[in-house]
Amino acid sequence: MIKTFKRGGVHPPENKISAQVAIEVFNTQDTVRIFTSQHLGVPAEPVVTKGDTVKVGQLIAKSSGFISANVHSSVSGTVTSIEAIADHMGFKKTAICIKIEGDEWEESIDRSPDIIREIKHTPEEIIQKITDAGVVGLGGATFPTNVKLSIPPGKKAEALIVNGAECEPYLTSDHRLMLEAGEQILIGMEIIRQALKIDKTYIGIETNKMDAINHLKSFTQWIKHIEIVPLKPRYPQGGEKQLIKAVTGKEVPINGLPIDTGYVVCNVGTVYSVYEAVQKNKPLIDNTVTITGKKLKTQKNYLVRVGTPMSQLIESVGGIPEGTGKIVSGGPMMGKPIANIDGPTLKGSSSILFMTEEESSRGDSSNCIRCAKCVGVCPMGLEPYLLLRLAERKMNDQLEANFVHNCIECGCCLYTCPARLPLVDYIRLGKAEVLKIMRSRK
Amino acid sequence: MSNMRISPAPHIQGKQNTRSLMRDVIIALMPALAVSICFFGWGTIIVTLTAILSCVLCEWLIQKFLLKEEPSIKDLSAIVTGLILAFNLPSNLSPLLVVLGSVVAIGVGKMTFGGLGNNPFNPALVGRVFMLISFPVQMTTWPKPTGFFTSIDAVTGATPLAIMKEGLANGMTVQEITAANPDSFSYIQMLFGQIGGSLGEISTLALLIGFGYLLFRKVITWHIPITIFATIFVFAGLLHLADSAHFVDPLFHLLTGGIMLGAIYMATDYVTSPMTKKGMVIFGIGIGVVTIIIRAFGGYPEGISFAILFMNAFVPLINRHMKPKRFGEVKKNG
Ligand code: SF4
Ligand code: SF4
Repeated sequence: MIKTFKRGGVHPPENKISAQVAIEVFNTQDTVRIFTSQHLGVPAEPVVTKGDTVKVGQLIAKSSGFISANVHSSVSGTVTSIEAIADHMGFKKTAICIKIEGDEWEESIDRSPDIIREIKHTPEEIIQKITDAGVVGLGGATFPTNVKLSIPPGKKAEALIVNGAECEPYLTSDHRLMLEAGEQILIGMEIIRQALKIDKTYIGIETNKMDAINHLKSFTQWIKHIEIVPLKPRYPQGGEKQLIKAVTGKEVPINGLPIDTGYVVCNVGTVYSVYEAVQKNKPLIDNTVTITGKKLKTQKNYLVRVGTPMSQLIESVGGIPEGTGKIVSGGPMMGKPIANIDGPTLKGSSSILFMTEEESSRGDSSNCIRCAKCVGVCPMGLEPYLLLRLAERKMNDQLEANFVHNCIECGCCLYTCPARLPLVDYIRLGKAEVLKIMRSRK
Repeated sequence: MSNMRISPAPHIQGKQNTRSLMRDVIIALMPALAVSICFFGWGTIIVTLTAILSCVLCEWLIQKFLLKEEPSIKDLSAIVTGLILAFNLPSNLSPLLVVLGSVVAIGVGKMTFGGLGNNPFNPALVGRVFMLISFPVQMTTWPKPTGFFTSIDAVTGATPLAIMKEGLANGMTVQEITAANPDSFSYIQMLFGQIGGSLGEISTLALLIGFGYLLFRKVITWHIPITIFATIFVFAGLLHLADSAHFVDPLFHLLTGGIMLGAIYMATDYVTSPMTKKGMVIFGIGIGVVTIIIRAFGGYPEGISFAILFMNAFVPLINRHMKPKRFGEVKKNG
């Protein structure tokens, strides 16, 4: 039986147009601008200054604080400035700007195409290498991976679940990675398994990627501890709690964290970065970015150096196609609208998506017709129509009593609402407000 | 670049909108309308068109001139109300009365509360019940279903429910009544609609086809109709088992009167039904129980309209207490 999560969810048209396009290395021109905040948590502290020459893979900003991550140069060249620049959404953040000169790598990095199969590090060494390499979660939240793999006292990890669901429409970077670096991903899983001292690892993949499932199954050497779990395509299957439910049938308790049930969830991109960090000494300096859209003539899956101006990627496919209504970084359900195409890519950038005028138009909203569809699709068992009303009126007590803080902002409610009400838009605000109140109470 | 949208996620929308949902309800009602035209001919056509036109016009006039807001008749909900109201009327009702019923449905049932989405009671039912109370004779005199197909065996105009009620009141047993009126109690005829009754409620089969369509198009879920059917079947079944001389069998209840029309098309009205699956089940059980109580013990032969209105009143309460099961909620006592 093909598994999936039970409650709520939607299945928008998949539109995986770029699924058959092999990953291609993108050559970044002129400059990169690398934010010191590529991750959730405290921005890293720059350790280079203007005028310094840097190599590919050299540490340029150091993790500062418990939840933070190292940042490395993705190119070789000269640091031209460290200043606040606008990201793709238009928010100003500190970036280290580097003029590209040649392509000289740190000697410690193994650049050979060989796959290193032997794992010869202790769990502590593995975590250290992941920390040093600045690996962060590439499934959306960019949470520092070393923090995730350091199990808090009193908790115990039982199993690793790797997210190969790629349940968002359009996105294909994880799919390509599983096809083109399948064995490395399995080795990465084995590395994490050893680091966590656990027996069991799973990888959940939706059945719209049967080629990836079959490809991974062919590496019989690695799948001793690994269970490949085919999943019925359904959004938001890649959400941590939904994935755990789909793969194991267990439900993370309300207000709980995945680790409370003993599961650690990582994205396939993250696992690949772990492989590179541990086996190849390669920090996280590049990642796969899908460039796609219905109106786009050339679809691409690029391996992109962190800090590449998005405008360069867009130009390489012939510019913004005619009839585009919105450009999105990430998937159409949870991605961020791009307001500034000069913004640089981040470690966590997964795509540049050109939405047509028609697709991206929400249409006019009307009265709530109380059809209950939003309640039916909410994967967290919330009542979006009610939360909207409460959030509009800023009734924070009621919002909390109705678990607004459990909203995962998946957007299923707004996607489904026949009256086109701005459900998650308001719920997001209400949730932020309630979380603030809840924190201040502690 | 400057003309690009920058609204937050999600960046895509599902296909259903208010208008498409209402359109699907209208489509689902078409088989029953066709059967009704076959049996009642022009009467059905005139009553239906009058009801639809007056509902739409009434809503438009109220929005335009009284509320001074942008009329929303484009959402087709007034057409649905008109159609369902017509389905609840005898096909020989005077058009003037049809207009009156429509004005009450839209004016009182819907617009006084603020229009679609805010009305606590199903507008078509408000119209129907108003008519039933104000014009009991006209509302319960049904024509014989002959219509365009005059060759079909004419059956009595009174509904099987009314015949049954009257017979029982006169001290006859269920078996005697059935034996005396074989034509009115053929389940096959009930399935196809060859029985007396309001113009849209007669054919169980046609209404069930529409139910299938609504489920297929994901307009409604099964919860409310199926719970109502099951409750009626069980409750009426228990009564029948206890005393088969005075309580008719459950299949009779399901196939007669407005059960199909009520359970599938009126109890499921979005605005006036609960928001959670649990709530829907409770709502359905309530409707089933009240319907049978009225039918078996009350003064009216038919009970589902009152039952639905009665349960409509509890919807806010049901919504407040029947919360969805939250993800990760730990079951109490277990
Ligand atoms: S989906 Fe939209 S119209 Fe339906 S109940 Fe929810 S908010 Fe109201
Ligand atoms: S965005 Fe929040 S409220 Fe809406 S469906 Fe997702 S979890 Fe539920």
